Amino acid sequence: MKKLSASARVYLAIVFIVLYAPIFYLIFYSFNSGGTMNSFESFTLEHYKAVFEDSRLLVILINTVIVALLSALISTIIGTLGAIGIVTVKDSKMRNTLLSLNNVLIVSPDVIIGASFLILFTMIGIKLGFASVLLAHVAFSVPIVVLMVLPKLLEMNKSLIDAALDLGATKKDVMMRVILPYIQPGIFAGFFLALTYSLDDFAVTFFVTGNGFSTLSVEIYSMARAGISLTVNAISGLVFFVTVIVVVGYYFITSRANKRTGGTQ
Amino acid sequence: MQTKTSKSALFPYVLWIALFVIAPIALVVYYSLLDIHGNFTLDNYKAFFTSVYLKMTLSSFWYAFLITFFTLLVSYPTAYFLTKTKYKQLWLLLIIIPSWINLLLKTYAFIGIFGLYGPLNAFIEVFGFDPKQMLFTDISFVFVSVYIFIPFMILPIFNSLDRLNPALIYAARDLGASAFTTFRRVILPLTMDGVKSGIQVVFIPALSLFMITRLIAGNRVITLGTAIEQQFLVTQNWGMGSTIAVFLILFMVIIMLITGQKKDKGGRVR
Amino acid sequence: MKQLIQATIAILVVSALLFYAADALSAGGGKSGKDTLTIFNWGEYIDPDLLKQFEKETGIHVIYETFDSNEAMMTKIQQGGTAYDIAVPSEYMIEKMKEENLLVPLDKTKIPNFKNIDPYFLDLPFDDDNKYSVPYFWGTVGVVYNPELVGNLDFSSWEDLWDPSLKRKVFLVDGAREVIGMGLNSLGYSLNSLNNEELREATDKLITMAPNVKAIIGDEITPLMVNNEASVALTWSGQAADMLSENEDLDFAVPKEGSNLWFDNMVIPKTSKNIDGAHAFINFMLKAESGAKNADYVGYSTPNIAAMQLMDKEVVSDQRFYPSEEQRKTLEVYKNLGPDYLGKYNELFLEFKMSIR
Repeated sequence: MKKLSASARVYLAIVFIVLYAPIFYLIFYSFNSGGTMNSFESFTLEHYKAVFEDSRLLVILINTVIVALLSALISTIIGTLGAIGIVTVKDSKMRNTLLSLNNVLIVSPDVIIGASFLILFTMIGIKLGFASVLLAHVAFSVPIVVLMVLPKLLEMNKSLIDAALDLGATKKDVMMRVILPYIQPGIFAGFFLALTYSLDDFAVTFFVTGNGFSTLSVEIYSMARAGISLTVNAISGLVFFVTVIVVVGYYFITSRANKRTGGTQ
Repeated sequence: MQTKTSKSALFPYVLWIALFVIAPIALVVYYSLLDIHGNFTLDNYKAFFTSVYLKMTLSSFWYAFLITFFTLLVSYPTAYFLTKTKYKQLWLLLIIIPSWINLLLKTYAFIGIFGLYGPLNAFIEVFGFDPKQMLFTDISFVFVSVYIFIPFMILPIFNSLDRLNPALIYAARDLGASAFTTFRRVILPLTMDGVKSGIQVVFIPALSLFMITRLIAGNRVITLGTAIEQQFLVTQNWGMGSTIAVFLILFMVIIMLITGQKKDKGGRVR
Repeated sequence: MKQLIQATIAILVVSALLFYAADALSAGGGKSGKDTLTIFNWGEYIDPDLLKQFEKETGIHVIYETFDSNEAMMTKIQQGGTAYDIAVPSEYMIEKMKEENLLVPLDKTKIPNFKNIDPYFLDLPFDDDNKYSVPYFWGTVGVVYNPELVGNLDFSSWEDLWDPSLKRKVFLVDGAREVIGMGLNSLGYSLNSLNNEELREATDKLITMAPNVKAIIGDEITPLMVNNEASVALTWSGQAADMLSENEDLDFAVPKEGSNLWFDNMVIPKTSKNIDGAHAFINFMLKAESGAKNADYVGYSTPNIAAMQLMDKEVVSDQRFYPSEEQRKTLEVYKNLGPDYLGKYNELFLEFKMSIR
């Protein structure tokens, strides 16, 4: 692989510093005994302790993660199937219509999505809580998955499929062994962006939740009026570290496996 | 490939569209025809064509354009350099992780960092410059918006670049093309699909930004999103709010048509 | 393909584990009924110790949810879906909720501690005779400022906000009624005005203030003012109290021309499934000890005279947050403007927002 030039490295370093600056700022203040992010008084671990003592906040955090993981998973499945389906539609008008419909939720402001989902759920009779929040998150994440998988599908050389069929592969084989591996980066991209959408969402979740179910975003936004307690900083810090460790760890485990099986890339 | 299996693959997706896209659109269109007392009227649509809302629409488009432009400008080279690193998937994930921290929290961090008496200004003062007003300016608004949208632009572009056959680049260089020409004639066209996805996923939501317009721009920037949130939540004028939403959807459709997929010349569906 | 399946399984396993963890942590389900109470309140608006205390004393399990705007709260209650037993809306919202039949009338025989409330705060126009609500916290709208940065201005009059020395130095809260109301008050009109000419005059006058406005923002106004990002802010007394406690340089004033007197009251929404428990909770919160503890924690002004006896003398005699009766005469409570004028106020506010460049 061609090595990166010095200027390229500097550029990437700057991008990373900028991306992480607010995160480190938050974590820095999570150790603040002062209680706010306005001035640093002295180092303390009291907020981290408080996290583990606040069972309500912990439950909210766990709920947030569960909803994010499951909604991302389900929407990735639906979205991937949808993208595959769209690509096979021959009529271009129909295709464009489907694509436009797909993007409606991306362009709609959260309030409208939240309000209309709430009306929908109440009409159907779905109880507000975990189920309604999960459904809503799946709903608004599907379009982004489609948008991430679609380019990979379009790039794919159709002759790959023809070749596979010629060599005697069944339709299932074509799907499992040709198409899916090729679009895998798109699938993962869609999954991670769906995670982002879910973790960050406030307005939609607020409208469709109930019966005591809450997510971290809703909690944080509600705190804003009287001041966000540093316990939230501590939680974010913890989540951040755990995520980085999981991601880095997972990566090194799988790249070890890949190295053994060889291959390009 | 148009078979029963691909039709049934479409099923959950179509169900999703019917429930969560068509039904809400129907609701929104229905409400847009009601006035604040619940009577049928076209007044909302008339009201949209007044100077306040038209100015707002222009403002929304302008900022969405700026945000998308700068996001693309920053994201493309980042994605490109990332594909050349040794642990590119890892770096890619590391780019996304900050976006999982809550937006309001990050905004509070920016309020601290960009504050008049914050660390950034303190740093500038060391070099003898006056503290600059960073918060509540157009620049900071675009900056933070770009910050938020970067992962959404990088991912699709990265995926496109990743699959690019390096042999094509070598061939172009061998044939005497400059770096710039290679980029313009080989790399860019082949990654265009990724770029288009990125643009769609950034420009379209940027039109209705609301939280950031308040948190970072202090409402000095007004988008259609500002008006919608106000109508839905404060005035409880779902009629007007829905009307603006209808227009947003229309704009989205137009943008889709402009940046959308072109039909292939023959045979295979493109 | 294998990677995809592995990833899927990993996610499902992690989710299942987390699900059990959450279940273990929460002391009971989200069921409503005789032994649970669902409370819907503003964020950080109650001392969590009080909730635990209530649970211990009554054996009722508390489910606590928060909201960040009255309108969003009302939408949730209107749609049903959750059996909220207690909500804490602001006064103008209570009027609206009454009209929409969303409230359960209070049975005063179940709330003997009602007598602890200062009679001045009872029987107000938005809920005459307190049939549906009991005051929780109250306050005013005024001006927070840093005396070191504003020269001689002391904001005893609204006109000070128009002072040219304040170019780009003023924060306003993002509330149509607060801002337009302030414009009306500065002209000597009522902040409940339904007179189009008065409204137009107020808006035009506000637009002349636009060059002084740095930003129109929400709750983040607190850390911003603490950091001296602006010298002046139009905000609620509750937030002013928060700001002052963090930044000793700041001061707070309510201009003499008049201002808003706001209330957040406890109500029992129609969705309640535990009306007895709700009454018990209200009575518990009205205890002198509860009121004092809550006021200490939240920092806003309490309407509970008995509680005030137990609180720090310095706090309850601070005229900025506990204005005298004389001062209170100039304060007006928001009346429900009705949908048309509510729309009009917001339109004018939008016009004002767009004049800030």
